Amino acid sequence: MDWATAVPAISRWIHFMAGVMWIGLLYYFNFVNVAAAKAAAADGTAAGISKHVMPRALFWFRWAAVVTWLAGAALLGSNFGSAFLLQKSHLAIGIGAWLGTIMLINVWGLIWPNQKKILGIVPASDEEKNKARRVAFLASRTNTMFSMPMLYFMAAGGHSALFFG
Amino acid sequence: MKNPLDSLWGTVMSGLILTLILHMIVRYALGG
Repeated sequence: MDWATAVPAISRWIHFMAGVMWIGLLYYFNFVNVAAAKAAAADGTAAGISKHVMPRALFWFRWAAVVTWLAGAALLGSNFGSAFLLQKSHLAIGIGAWLGTIMLINVWGLIWPNQKKILGIVPASDEEKNKARRVAFLASRTNTMFSMPMLYFMAAGGHSALFFG
Repeated sequence: MKNPLDSLWGTVMSGLILTLILHMIVRYALGG
């Protein structure tokens, strides 16, 4: 195996592993934790989730997002420009790549800064925390919504004729 | 109008609809 074949193969493997961790944790937040945190707040046990679960989950979540994006960029290699410019030859994977990029920006630009306020990692008033909860929640739900076409177009990337023929 | 992202199933349905719309745009763009 030479580097020209090894780099895409290893990049694809890392892209999948980190992507499973990123989107797996995103689905955990949306499908499990939102309802769990609400129930825990009602019976006074939410502190454990905020203190012990969320900081760890968010650590792996945000860094898995970075690794997923970097491995995806390495996998695109010389096709990076064609994909992000949405040229016909790489249109399907380009849509997937743009959705993934918007999701990464949501993670680092909206979810993590607002979660830091919610979890008390940075100081915030009660009013700021309430606003942060809403912004983080909607950004997370937006990413869950985007993950569906993102994964569809990732899957379609190598099978354009089958998906769009 | 209620924000569909407030509900989990509204989010899933929005994701499916967005997938369908993007699929049709790409299919049209590729001449399929």
